[in-house]
Amino acid sequence: MTINVLNPGLLATLQDIGRHGSQKYGVIVSGAMDSYSLRIANILVGNPQDEGAVEISLFGTTLQFNEDTVVAITGGDLQATIDGFIAPTWRPIIIKKGSVLKFGFALEGCRAYVSIAGGFDTPRIMGSKSTYITAGIGGIEGRPLQQGDTLTCGELTEMNKKLYEKLARSESTSDWLVPYHSLISLKSLQTIRMIEGTEFERFDDSSIEAFLNTPYIVTPHSNRMGSRLEGPSILLKEKFELLSEGVTFGTVQIPPSGKPIILMADRQTTGGYPKIGQVITADLGSLSQLKPGGKLRFEVVSHSEAERLLLLKEEIIREIEIGVTYKIVR
Amino acid sequence: MKKMPTLVSKVLGDSALIIKLGEGIHPDIHQQVKNLTQLLNEHPFDGFIESVPAYNNLTVYYSPYIVHRSNTFAISGTPLEKVNYYINELATHISEAQETEGKLVEIPVLYGGDFGPDLQVVAEFHGLSIEEVIQIHTEPEYLVYMIGFAPGFPFLGGMDERIATPRKETPRAAIAPGSVGIAGKQTGVYPLETPGGWQIIGRTPKALFLPDMSPPSLLQSGDKIKFVSISSEEYAHYEKVKK
Repeated sequence: MTINVLNPGLLATLQDIGRHGSQKYGVIVSGAMDSYSLRIANILVGNPQDEGAVEISLFGTTLQFNEDTVVAITGGDLQATIDGFIAPTWRPIIIKKGSVLKFGFALEGCRAYVSIAGGFDTPRIMGSKSTYITAGIGGIEGRPLQQGDTLTCGELTEMNKKLYEKLARSESTSDWLVPYHSLISLKSLQTIRMIEGTEFERFDDSSIEAFLNTPYIVTPHSNRMGSRLEGPSILLKEKFELLSEGVTFGTVQIPPSGKPIILMADRQTTGGYPKIGQVITADLGSLSQLKPGGKLRFEVVSHSEAERLLLLKEEIIREIEIGVTYKIVR
Repeated sequence: MKKMPTLVSKVLGDSALIIKLGEGIHPDIHQQVKNLTQLLNEHPFDGFIESVPAYNNLTVYYSPYIVHRSNTFAISGTPLEKVNYYINELATHISEAQETEGKLVEIPVLYGGDFGPDLQVVAEFHGLSIEEVIQIHTEPEYLVYMIGFAPGFPFLGGMDERIATPRKETPRAAIAPGSVGIAGKQTGVYPLETPGGWQIIGRTPKALFLPDMSPPSLLQSGDKIKFVSISSEEYAHYEKVKK
C-alpha cells in the first residue's frame, strides 16, 4: 500500500511521539506538536499509539491513496475533503483506491494528523520515526514531504484487518467518533495553564503582573521549534548569567528582548535563557493548535494540579483505546 | 572519602526535574553530575525516560503516568514525591559510583585560511601571532561538560583566557560543519551547519554527530578533548579516509 504526495502544502512531516533517550547527545526530541491528536489518530486505525503519522500544518497538503485503506484524520479542522466531499474526522474511515485526500485552510486549530492502518514503513532512527529536519534524519529522508514522494505503509496487523472488514460492512466509516474536547481545544483564544518556572522569582513584579493578565499573540515567526509571542515585555529584577541546562516542551523562556518564547516539539535540548514558566503537559496539545494570530492567556496552577490534569488525560486516552479496541473486535 | 553532595531539586514542569549538585562551573561538581547520571542509568526507576547532564546539574525526564501506576516505589504519593524520594535515596550511594574516566579524544584542526577566517581577528585582538594563538588553543585538555545546542555540540571548559574573544557583531548566516570557534571564554566545534556569531579559527575533518552510530555523538559529557593542528594535506587525507 502506497500514498502519493500530490502537494506537500505548507509543511507536512512524518512524526510520532518523539525521539526519547538521546537528548544527552544533543539530539532533539521532535515528535508531534499535538501528541494527543496523533495518539488518538493511531488508536482509531488500530495502530500502537507511538506509530508515525503525517502532521499537516495550516494548509494545502494533498495525498492520493493507491489501494483501499483505513485512515483517521484528527487534530485541527483543516477542511479536509476526500474527492471533494467533506472528510469525516476523529473516526476511522476507508479511503478507496485512487481517492484524493486534500486539506484546505485551517478553520479551527493549526495542525491535522493523518494516520494509516499499518503505519508508515520507515526505519526508526534512535527509536523514532519523527522527522528531524536540521540533522536530516527520520521521517522521509529527514525532510518534509515533497511533491512526487511515495509513502509506503507498514504491514497490517490482525487488528488493522478486523477494523477494515468491519468498516467495509458499514458505510466505509464508523457510526461513532471520539469526542476530542476533553483532550484539546481548537479555540483561537485559549487559557494556557503553567506552573512557575525555575527563575519565576527573578522577574520584576510588574512584569509578572502584566505577563499573567494580558493575552499574548502567537506571531508568524513561530514554528515547530518555538512559539514566539507578542505582548508585554518581561524584565528581570536584575541581570544575571544563567548556565545552559535542560529545557523541555512548554518551557516559557524570556530572551533579552523580553518577549516570551515557548519551546515546542523541535526545541533544542538545552537553553540558557531564564524560564518564567512551564506549560503543563495537559495543555501542550491545545497550545500546539494555536495558529499565528491566535491568542493565549497564561494561568498559574500548582504542580500537583498539573500532575492531576496529566493523569486525567492519560486515563481518558486509555479509556478511548479500550473503547475503540472493543468496537473493533466486538 | 568523597562528600555526599547537597542535592537541590527544581521542577521543570510536571514531567522533568532538575537535580542540582553545586554552583558554577567546576570539574569536581561535574564529577558528581557524572556519578549521579551513571547511578540513574544503572538503576532506572519505573517511568524514567532519560537524563541530560549539564555543568552542575542533571535534568531527569520521566513519565508521571507510569510513575503513578507503578508500585515499585518505596513510598506512595504524587509522581513528583515518588521520583524525588527515589533520586534522593539513590544519591546517598553517589560515593559508591565507579568513577569512570571519560575518554580523551583528539580533534585534528586545520587552523586559519578559508577554514578559519577569524584566526587573524583573534590574533590581532590580543596582539599575538597566529602561531601563538594556535599554540595556546592546542595546549590544554578541555573537559566536555555537556552536549547541547545542536547534536554532538560540546560545551567545553578549560580555554586559556589569553585567547578569549567576543563574538562577532554580525553573526554569519551559515557556519560550515566542523568549524572550530571562540565565543567569549568558550571554545567549541559546530557539528552541523548553523548560523552563528563565533569567531571561526579553524575546521576539523572529524564528524561530531554520527546519526548511524550508537552513541550518535563522538563526544559525551565527561570526555576530554585535545585539539591538534594539522596541515591542509593531512586534512585532505582525513577527508579521503572518511569517504
